[in-house]
Amino acid sequence: MSDAKGKTVLLQGNEACAMGAIFAGCRFFGGYPITPSTEIAEHLARKLPTVGGVFMQMEDEIASIASIIGASLTGIKSMTATSGPGFSLMQENLGLAAVLEAPVVIVNLMRSGASTGHPTGTGQGDLMQSRWGTHSDHPVVALAPATAQEMFDLTVKAFNIAEKLRVPVVLLPEAVVGHIREAVYIPAEGEMEVINRERPSSYDNLLFFKRDKSGVSHPPDLGTGFRPHFTGLTHDESGFFTAVADEVNAFTVGLNSKIDLHREFLTDYCEETVEDADILLVSFGITARACAYIVRALRKKGVKAGYFRPRIVWPFPEERLRQIAQHTHTFIVPELNLGQMRYAVQRIVGPEKRVVGINRVDGAMLTLDRLMEEIKEALA
Amino acid sequence: MAIEPFVKKYLRQRVLPTIWCGGCGLGTAMRVIIQALDDLKIDQDNLVVVSGIGCSSRMAGYLDANTVHTTHGRALPVATGIKLAHPELEVVVIMGDGDGSAIGGNHLIHASRRNINLNVFLLNNGNYGMTSGQVSPMTPHAWYASTCPFGNLEHAFHLCDMVKSAGATYIARTTTFHYMQAVRLAKEALEHKGFSFLEVYFQCPTYFGRFNDMKDAPTMLQWFKKNAVRYNPEKPRELEKGQFYVGKLWEDNTKDEYADLYRKLCKRAKEMMQAAK
Repeated sequence: MSDAKGKTVLLQGNEACAMGAIFAGCRFFGGYPITPSTEIAEHLARKLPTVGGVFMQMEDEIASIASIIGASLTGIKSMTATSGPGFSLMQENLGLAAVLEAPVVIVNLMRSGASTGHPTGTGQGDLMQSRWGTHSDHPVVALAPATAQEMFDLTVKAFNIAEKLRVPVVLLPEAVVGHIREAVYIPAEGEMEVINRERPSSYDNLLFFKRDKSGVSHPPDLGTGFRPHFTGLTHDESGFFTAVADEVNAFTVGLNSKIDLHREFLTDYCEETVEDADILLVSFGITARACAYIVRALRKKGVKAGYFRPRIVWPFPEERLRQIAQHTHTFIVPELNLGQMRYAVQRIVGPEKRVVGINRVDGAMLTLDRLMEEIKEALA
Repeated sequence: MAIEPFVKKYLRQRVLPTIWCGGCGLGTAMRVIIQALDDLKIDQDNLVVVSGIGCSSRMAGYLDANTVHTTHGRALPVATGIKLAHPELEVVVIMGDGDGSAIGGNHLIHASRRNINLNVFLLNNGNYGMTSGQVSPMTPHAWYASTCPFGNLEHAFHLCDMVKSAGATYIARTTTFHYMQAVRLAKEALEHKGFSFLEVYFQCPTYFGRFNDMKDAPTMLQWFKKNAVRYNPEKPRELEKGQFYVGKLWEDNTKDEYADLYRKLCKRAKEMMQAAK
């Protein structure tokens, strides 16, 4: 890029994420050490104090997400980073962030296995947890970066989505994407869009939680003269608890409508040679990078293969996948878990389509050889 | 009875009446806090009240300030984020004994350790009132609750001692019987720069009292009166069974407040960065 104003540097994925956060305007980080996320905390511990931000190492992951919710309610863009065991602990307050409509970004680097599992292995086992980990219906957005560059770009995007929709946003890289070292283009200020939350200067009848046409409410920041009340209880447009059936219903439906009303804004995928594809490889994150090579190799052999990778995994780009399914008969879903995305794909494309999973759960990645071999078997 | 103007000023009247039972001590505790806020002329626009879950935590909804009603036990880490993001805000944290000593016990000791300028009012009724009277870590040994119908085998925390060893720099205890003292201590706590902790015993005749032969508020208040011993550091005395100290128990003004330290750290970090360039 000859007209580029930024610079290209060699970065680890986690460093790129931390730099993306600073670029997006993140000025509060609360976290707790856990492999493989720790470099994000270490980078921000050095950086945040020099840019007027706050770095806090909290007593556990519950406190970490609680602290970033508190900071966010004062108007400061806030983030935490963790891995599976910590992400499990954060589920309680992820629900709180959704209900308080506190914009926060949670980076969850996926390691391998349930419970303590295989801490230095890589995996993709938290796909469903990122959507359904906390109890009951709640809005959440999850992004799956596949490269160090996307660790930067999608971190900025995660903040933009959080601020615009006032939702918790999960960045869901695999451990290996956090630790990969690649060239990363760091844009100059103004070169990449940065969205800040809307801050109304007045409210009708103190209805701080009244939704606009796009389903988003814009409660004021703490300490700005409005004296709002935030509660994790079901609440009416004034923000106070309600147990009136119609109001409880309006609250839950309204809160969740933010996602549906922003489908276009929340659709982000990459695809290759899908238009005439008989077979579609659907994957995300690091596994999808291998799939892109496989599809090109299959095409050279005359197989009509296509490649589809959501960068925003929740909400899943259902409409596009349904369009492709009109002419594609077989879907192959490689992932580092026992079939979490396959489950979503089968639901979207319908029971009459063939959906085949290729799964690996030993802490390593799916290699090109193994993928090619299993795809051949599936197509035989 | 008409509400006095200064009380009115700090209440969101549109959400009253409170959900609290008849005879509950939380109304008194709330008036203590309001009186202290008003005496100190604390600006409501600059005041943030953070609470957890339980009867006492509903107070956040009634107070006319910036208020955040969080999850069970998590008021302190949320308040930590608020205070460090905006140290100029006055942050009051209201928790019950379940919030502060059970599910949020870890947050309490760590917040004490950091010495952030937060004002904790831990309102202790010795049981889980919201869920109808289960045993809490503050229920005395051998007393009764709905989940220890044959007597409590466990022992209560000495919360004030616990936060002292954890590093809190202002610690006091009072009860809803000792109104004037409670107001004085609440004001001291608010004025103290650093982590302040005021434990307020309040009566729960509906559950705690009922299970323990104190079926009305006056009986429980008499119990507070009978067993409270005014703390005098010059003349420590042996407490008899059931007795407890009230008054200011500890103040340490030698320890730097966290947000001040952080500001200095930022300055140092910037200078180091510039020197490295």
